[in-house]
Amino acid sequence: MKLHRITALLYRHLCLYKRSFPRLLEIIYWPFVDLVIWGFITLYLQQFKEALPNFVLFFLGALILWDVLFRAQQGITISFLEEIWSRNLMNLFASPLTPGEFLAATMALSVGKVLTVSCVTVLAAFAFYSFNVFVIGLSLIPFVLNLIVAGWCVGVLTTGLIMRYGQEVEVLAWGLVFLFQPISCVFYPMSVLPGWLQAIAQMNPAAHVFEGMRAVITTGVFPTSELVWAVGLNAMYLAALVFWFHLMFAACKEKGLLVRVGE
Amino acid sequence: MSEPIVQVRNLTKRFGSFTAVDGVSFEIRKGEILGLLGPNGAGKTTTIQMLLGLITPTDGDITMFGLPFDRHREEILGRVNFSSTYVSMPQALTVEENLWVVARLYGLDRIASRIDDVVKRFEMEEFRAKVTRKLSSGQMTRLSLAKAFLTEPQVLFLDEPTASLDPDIADKTRSLIKEIRRTAGLTVLYTSHNMREMEEMSDRIIFLQRGRIVAEGTAEVIKARYGETDLEEVFLKLARDPSPGASRP
Ligand SMILES: Nc1ncnc2c1ncn2[C@@H]1O[C@H](COP(=O)(O)OP(=O)(O)OP(=O)(O)O)[C@@H](O)[C@H]1O
Ligand SMILES: [Mg+2]
Repeated sequence: MKLHRITALLYRHLCLYKRSFPRLLEIIYWPFVDLVIWGFITLYLQQFKEALPNFVLFFLGALILWDVLFRAQQGITISFLEEIWSRNLMNLFASPLTPGEFLAATMALSVGKVLTVSCVTVLAAFAFYSFNVFVIGLSLIPFVLNLIVAGWCVGVLTTGLIMRYGQEVEVLAWGLVFLFQPISCVFYPMSVLPGWLQAIAQMNPAAHVFEGMRAVITTGVFPTSELVWAVGLNAMYLAALVFWFHLMFAACKEKGLLVRVGE
Repeated sequence: MSEPIVQVRNLTKRFGSFTAVDGVSFEIRKGEILGLLGPNGAGKTTTIQMLLGLITPTDGDITMFGLPFDRHREEILGRVNFSSTYVSMPQALTVEENLWVVARLYGLDRIASRIDDVVKRFEMEEFRAKVTRKLSSGQMTRLSLAKAFLTEPQVLFLDEPTASLDPDIADKTRSLIKEIRRTAGLTVLYTSHNMREMEEMSDRIIFLQRGRIVAEGTAEVIKARYGETDLEEVFLKLARDPSPGASRP
């Protein structure tokens, strides 16, 4: 791993934002729209506050956190798509750049995107609904980090699939992550799922994050076991997916696809 | 004779049952310009992409600077570069930003002065601050060439590098390649469909057809062997021969 190659890619992607208003807008637009809708739903539900405690925390908190995962995934997949769209993959991989360095750069970018978008959302939630996400407490930080890694996992998976199967599966960049949403138990506790689906959700690190967040809100006790599960599953998936990505990369070089994606 | 910088032995690429490159062997010596000639689909680009590690060969060995490619990819690619008319660069970045990215990818020092230098060499002052999307195709080609020369490679792979250049810039590019070859011992593998250019540039020519080498030597030797005075006539003779390799005298 060479740092200068990673920073080269970071610089390349930051340049995109320098001159592109739509790209800048995108960072603000989606979190904003989500927040407006869910914010009003939450305000409405607040009228039944007695029956349903902590609704604001549940919903707005879940929304902000789901966006963390989504942005982390997008950070990776969209960076790869940008290279396809500009037919730049050949320039990159005919240089000493390795696929591992490429992934590292996209992961760093996704952290940057998450931080920027989260700041926007957190500030907006506070401005419009006086909702301070940090009331959940500092315990939020390890959970957020795990959501970023879970987002990376989905990002590496979608990127590998797009690289291997071409632009026909490009929609996965936006769609695949939502396949994981129902079993991430973002807006409801895992206990509402049918048994067999619970078993699957147990294998999803994001589900443990959201379960953990709800536990913090309702009991105030830090759910160590949920965090341990999330970290363990994340580490396992990320290692496996990075390995799988290298296999996909080799398969693409074998089939001559690397020089063709985007054509 | 100087040492071989690029050694290719029995290089073969099959895509499924189709053989794009078929047991090709050659060497390029330090400071040599080798021309790769052949009709559309002959396997020229595929060969170059294998030499750049973008396509994995089905069979055969590639050695550069005395190092086996598959085990020394990073080191070799740091000393090599390529340019092709058919490769693009990030459209939303300016010419200068694109060159910066390349310089950082290859870990260069004195980046600003190196960029000034290639910008001057390829006469890109007028559009160095322009967004790449707004370049004409010839300007884009110049950027692609500038990118290749920026890293001061020891080996350069050029896939139809002058296809969209005006005669003036094309001529200057050829002169520049020869000059760097003379001063720095640059080694070049070159493809072109322009026969005059091929003759002018190449120390030696390899004629590829259906993935196989069917003729090899200096332009003079090849012309003499086929009894033609013009390389274009040799090309037509070879390219229109239905049986590969059979025309070999
Ligand atoms: N990824 C791939 N999958 C399948 N076939 C391929 C692939 N890449 C190249 N080919 C085939 O291999 C053959 C050689 O292609 P190549 O691009 O090397 O030709 P070329 O000599 O560069 O031709 P041109 O003069 O048109 O540039 C062609 O028949 C092409 O269709
Ligand atoms: Mg070609």
